[in-house]
Amino acid sequence: MTHLLSVSDLGRDGIEEVLRVAEAFAEVGTRPIRKVPTLRGKAIATLFFEDSTRTRLSFETAAKRLSADVLSFSVGASSVKKGESVRDTVETIEAMGMDALVVRHPSAGVPVQVSRWVRRCKVVNGGDGWHEHPTQALLDCFTVRQVRGEIEGLRVLVVGDVLHSRVARSQVLAYDALGASVTLVAPGSLLPASLEGWPVEVTDDLDAALPKADVVSLLRLQAERGAGMFVPTLREYTARFGLTARRARLLDPDAVVTHPGPMIRGVEIASDVADLPQAVVTRQVTNGVAVRMAVLFLLLGGAM
Amino acid sequence: MAERKRSNRGRIFVPRTQVLSAADLHRALVRMAHEIAERNGGLDGVVLVGLQTGGVPLARGIAEALRQAEGADVLMGTLDVAFYRDDIGLRPVLPEAVTEIPCELTGKAVVLVDDVLFTGRTVRAALHALSDFGRARTVQLAVMVDRGHRELPIRPDYVGKNLPTRRDEMVDVSEDGVTIGTLQ
Amino acid sequence: MSRPLVLRGGEVLDAVGRRRADVVVADGVVRAVGPDAARDAPSRALVLDAGGCVVAPGLVDLHAHLREPGGEEAETVETGARSAALGGYTAVVAMPNTEPPVDCAAVATEVLALGARAPVEVAVAGAITVGREGERLAPMGELAALGVRIFTDDGAGVQDGALMRRALDYARGLGVTLAQHCEDAALAAGGAMHEGAWSSRLGLPGAPAAAEETMVGRDIALARLTGARLHLLHLSTAGSVELVRRAKAEGLCVTSEVTPHHLVLTDAACAGYDPMFKVSPPLRSREDVERLRDGLCDGVVDAIATDHAPHAPEAKDLPFDEAPPGMLGLETALSVALSFLGLELALACMSWRPAQIAGLAPRQGGPVVEGAAANLCVIDPAATWTVDPARLSSRSRNTPFSGWTFTGRNRHTIAAGEAVVVDAEAQR
Repeated sequence: MTHLLSVSDLGRDGIEEVLRVAEAFAEVGTRPIRKVPTLRGKAIATLFFEDSTRTRLSFETAAKRLSADVLSFSVGASSVKKGESVRDTVETIEAMGMDALVVRHPSAGVPVQVSRWVRRCKVVNGGDGWHEHPTQALLDCFTVRQVRGEIEGLRVLVVGDVLHSRVARSQVLAYDALGASVTLVAPGSLLPASLEGWPVEVTDDLDAALPKADVVSLLRLQAERGAGMFVPTLREYTARFGLTARRARLLDPDAVVTHPGPMIRGVEIASDVADLPQAVVTRQVTNGVAVRMAVLFLLLGGAM
Repeated sequence: MAERKRSNRGRIFVPRTQVLSAADLHRALVRMAHEIAERNGGLDGVVLVGLQTGGVPLARGIAEALRQAEGADVLMGTLDVAFYRDDIGLRPVLPEAVTEIPCELTGKAVVLVDDVLFTGRTVRAALHALSDFGRARTVQLAVMVDRGHRELPIRPDYVGKNLPTRRDEMVDVSEDGVTIGTLQ
Repeated sequence: MSRPLVLRGGEVLDAVGRRRADVVVADGVVRAVGPDAARDAPSRALVLDAGGCVVAPGLVDLHAHLREPGGEEAETVETGARSAALGGYTAVVAMPNTEPPVDCAAVATEVLALGARAPVEVAVAGAITVGREGERLAPMGELAALGVRIFTDDGAGVQDGALMRRALDYARGLGVTLAQHCEDAALAAGGAMHEGAWSSRLGLPGAPAAAEETMVGRDIALARLTGARLHLLHLSTAGSVELVRRAKAEGLCVTSEVTPHHLVLTDAACAGYDPMFKVSPPLRSREDVERLRDGLCDGVVDAIATDHAPHAPEAKDLPFDEAPPGMLGLETALSVALSFLGLELALACMSWRPAQIAGLAPRQGGPVVEGAAANLCVIDPAATWTVDPARLSSRSRNTPFSGWTFTGRNRHTIAAGEAVVVDAEAQR
């Protein structure tokens, strides 16, 4: 693996390998000293052209636990206005001797472009536009596997704003590769124009789908895309696609509810539902560090 | 076996001479167990740590021998040193199995157990890893085979068998005994 | 006047037919055409070998962005015209979306003056609305008096249906053609590529085919209402071709063009997020490509026009959704067309039909006969070449055909009697 741009770069074997290595790193996270010297002397830059505190912190924690040096570059709107292009920024940062770049950008495909611009850096997609967020999907799979033991054969619901969701695209690829069956639950206005080639079923009836689900992945409703254009009102969205307290009672007791965060309590998930035992949101955050350690380790020091 | 797995990619171990039979191996384990108990004045504060993956069955064997000899269970853990190796990035290094240290190691007498002692680099990585679990009072090293060719100033405290080898030879340790051979 | 010249040993192919003939040119005019015409040529004439080649009326591009004034870092009238000459063109219609736009006599005069010094004829298209802002009509009469025959707000369509209707009504009296970039701005908003399976998978916002088709449909209805001449620029969807088919069957004054890239590339080309493949209208599906080709073959689509849209390298080194749309076309169009079309149909679509639409016939695109204006190209159907962006004559490098190998290429170009391209080398 030269770069991690899409879950499809990994394939089933690659995903399994990341999850296996992540288990070893999850154990590191339980030690009195949660740090290993594995990537001592390596330098990792996080290039975030879009605000994201939690993903950035997770990657930086992962890099630090691997003893890598971390350079944190965030582009405010002002720097963009100064006119430096992404390409120049990337070339400048790489010239400082970076070994890996974690790139987040509001435009789909930027990490793919960056991978063409770098000379020897490894590129990790930290989320690009509506395209993909591979490490999020990997940590979701890791968490689900931790709870359920196995992913093969599970029924996964991906609920909400699939159209604008990079998480959904990565999840569909990852869950499918690991043998789960995926159903998208969304109104037509929040689905991509074409699902040709997507290994999914589609429904807009959450009540009917919920009782059979092993995994419920709630997507964040991108509030800025907002009511009016894609859904009439937030209230109607919650009524039809929110995991309300009433709907939570339809859940199988062994079901796993994931959310990529940040959660909007009261919209896609009711406040008390977020605290149900089935909801594994904080566990996802913990596992996110281990999974990102695994990805960085496999790219920079591992067997690939 | 850790040694075999690391160097084995794409090549096959061809056995030449068996140097210890299964029974020999068991006798060596029992002797080492006795030496450990003797050196440490019993099992109080002793933690056996088997190195993944070859050292783990040997550590279990020593623990079993100690239970029979001393009538008590010794604390036992496992350690994978992949993340501490000094050849990361130089060749494929992957974690092979779980690390499980049963207690904080501060003040304990840790006995590292591995199958074959060769260059000493795995043990160096293990010493580094152990230090992240606390400050042990003493760390001792038990190996079934010491085959020489050390690249670091490391020596074993308990040895099953000293076995002079050529560098290009391989030593295989399993429950069936110890065999010398080559990779082809 | 430039030196007389002889095109020797080729076959002449024009709207009249195909025959073996030498062509003698002097003083900007074809002096003789015949199997042995070279024998009677003046002794000081420049002799250009046309053996194995086809001598045809020069190509006419209905749709070229020459970027001057305002975008000289990407192209100038001179460099664009040189690219055109290399591609076999003897006339190009310069699009008005310059900075400032061609929405008044002053800018049109400037571009025409630049064009007068260029190696090929540069006709100018004017804007339909002031500033191409879609709010007030530009002074079409003033521009028509300067010889402007085509008006368009290309880059965007005129969104306001009532305004477009008035523009057509007004244009009818002037005898000029309105050309529309058919795209409903609201439906296409944010679209960086064709909306379909690829955009969905790549997570790129898409522009649906319907964004084009709704305006094609609206403007055909307006052409019916007003009786004015309407030209539809760069059609890209199967649905558009169907709408035009019906309009033509009905007898409306509607003509249409497609670009070379929409005839060979699909939205799958965007898979690597290379902005080189970003263009407006976007590359569509395989099905659309097939229907566009059908439309060419059965005459529903009249012309192949390049939509030559140069962009400086730094402009294309952007995230896909931020990069400007557009591709080079002048130097590759003929070769691309010949990769799937016969020579006769390719020339009809690239020479005499566009010359008619642009109001440049018969001095452009006319039959190669004694007394005709000497605007000619000499095509070697067997020449093989590989596109190297660095060796293109354009100021920009944004060709989507980098590394493609084609068979069939323009060899010599004669513009107004002068050999401006000889053996695929620009002479000035």
